[in-house]
Amino acid sequence: MIALDSGHTAWVLMSAALVLFMTPGLAFFYGGMVRSKNMLGMLMQNIFAMGLVSTIWAIVGFSLVFGDSGNGWIGNFDFLFLADVNNLDGDIPGMALVAFQMMFAVITPALITGATADRLKFGSYAVLIGFWSLLVYIPAAKWVFNGWLLDMGALDFAGGTAIHINAGVAALAVVIVIGNRKGHGTVAMPPHNLPLTMLGTGILWFGWIGFNAGSGLAADGVAAQALVNTHLAAATGMLGWLLVEKLKAGHATTLGAASGAVAGLVAITPCAGFVGGPAPLIIGAAAGVLCFLALGIKEKMNWDDSLDVIAVHLIGGIVGTLLLGFFADTAINGEFDGVFYGGGLELLKDQFVAAIVVGVFSFVVTFALAKIIDSTMGLRIDEEAELRGLDQSQHAESAYTS
Amino acid sequence: MKLITAVIKPFKLDDVKDALKAIDVTGITVSEVRGFGRQGGHTETYRGAEYKIDFVPKVSLATVVDASRVDDVVDTIAKSAATGKIGDGKIWVTDVDRVVRIRTGEEGPEAI
Repeated sequence: MIALDSGHTAWVLMSAALVLFMTPGLAFFYGGMVRSKNMLGMLMQNIFAMGLVSTIWAIVGFSLVFGDSGNGWIGNFDFLFLADVNNLDGDIPGMALVAFQMMFAVITPALITGATADRLKFGSYAVLIGFWSLLVYIPAAKWVFNGWLLDMGALDFAGGTAIHINAGVAALAVVIVIGNRKGHGTVAMPPHNLPLTMLGTGILWFGWIGFNAGSGLAADGVAAQALVNTHLAAATGMLGWLLVEKLKAGHATTLGAASGAVAGLVAITPCAGFVGGPAPLIIGAAAGVLCFLALGIKEKMNWDDSLDVIAVHLIGGIVGTLLLGFFADTAINGEFDGVFYGGGLELLKDQFVAAIVVGVFSFVVTFALAKIIDSTMGLRIDEEAELRGLDQSQHAESAYTS
Repeated sequence: MKLITAVIKPFKLDDVKDALKAIDVTGITVSEVRGFGRQGGHTETYRGAEYKIDFVPKVSLATVVDASRVDDVVDTIAKSAATGKIGDGKIWVTDVDRVVRIRTGEEGPEAI
């Protein structure tokens, strides 16, 4: 056994708390953008993920990702109900890994809720994310963090593929099955409370420090580099988005600042512990610009991706995953060089494969899952419920009473 | 007795209130309303998508006055609410049949 390192352990435990905080942050980031009648519905979907996915993670999820099955595809049942996890060899306790990775499992399906805002039936949502965690997130996390994609040579420091491409593609699949909101394209559906969206942005940005800088599972120089990279990519993501927004739409907006920062954070996620120098600034700015431009995709395709999960998480995840193939630098983290640092095309090719594999897998399984739920219990609320809003129709509550 | 109703720009409310107090109007009732007139609406942009907002926020104020004071009050509101720009609002006057002051039971002009 390797001796436990108290510094590493402390930082991973702290990071788990930071990542946990991101899910309520996401709830308010999204919640501010929906109409007031759907506010509690949005908050509930996100908070509920903390309840359901944590439970699944403890019962079987961790074991299926980190149980040593000897194959790269799926774990085993050694750690069912978190039994014996401290037998995992490493310089942090197995239970610290459980805690940290649990928060990733929680927030990933919650990301999808932005795409399906205002029309997803609550019970069906619960079934959807429960099975989605088991059938999509757990295999993808295994392949990327502890399985064959990692062995192949693809890099993902904190979840550009397993989390952002995965959730972004899943969001697209569910949107195609559930259909557009009533009044989409004809009725204005402006955000009801952008101050809450700004607050949520701050919480996400703060929590992302743990998400990325904790992902090395160590309190060391790579963690410090990842922390700074994360912050800088959010900064230039905001600047990039605001610049094109000002040029193309006329104003620099608060929602643009929030969206650009999150786009930068998404893109730096796979890269955080592998790049340095100007790379985080470039990666963040590229994400800010490209994610803004990607907003047009949903209009062209008539996908009602209500809060732009595709543009921000899918496109941002792809930007980060592929740019890592150019910017990875052995000076930062030992073993990998990208195109710009003399490593040739090898890494870029592996990044491309990982993005495609996770994207295709997630789309196929999520689409099938959504179709099955839709044809059995119905994915969508009825028209009257949609007019009344999720708060009253799904939860018999109102967010704002006088 | 006459009911004077005015729809004005929200930020002019304080000016109108002060002007009416200065001519001893005893009370006004204010509501936040939305609507459009010749000004039309305005546009807002969220993530590059433009939304036309048809209903502009306005303040509606109402006061009941003795018929003899109508012109004075209407002129005072018109003067204090004016900016000279589009969207300044409207004032209209309607007849009132009966007014009761609840605490005292007074009726008619004494109740105003």
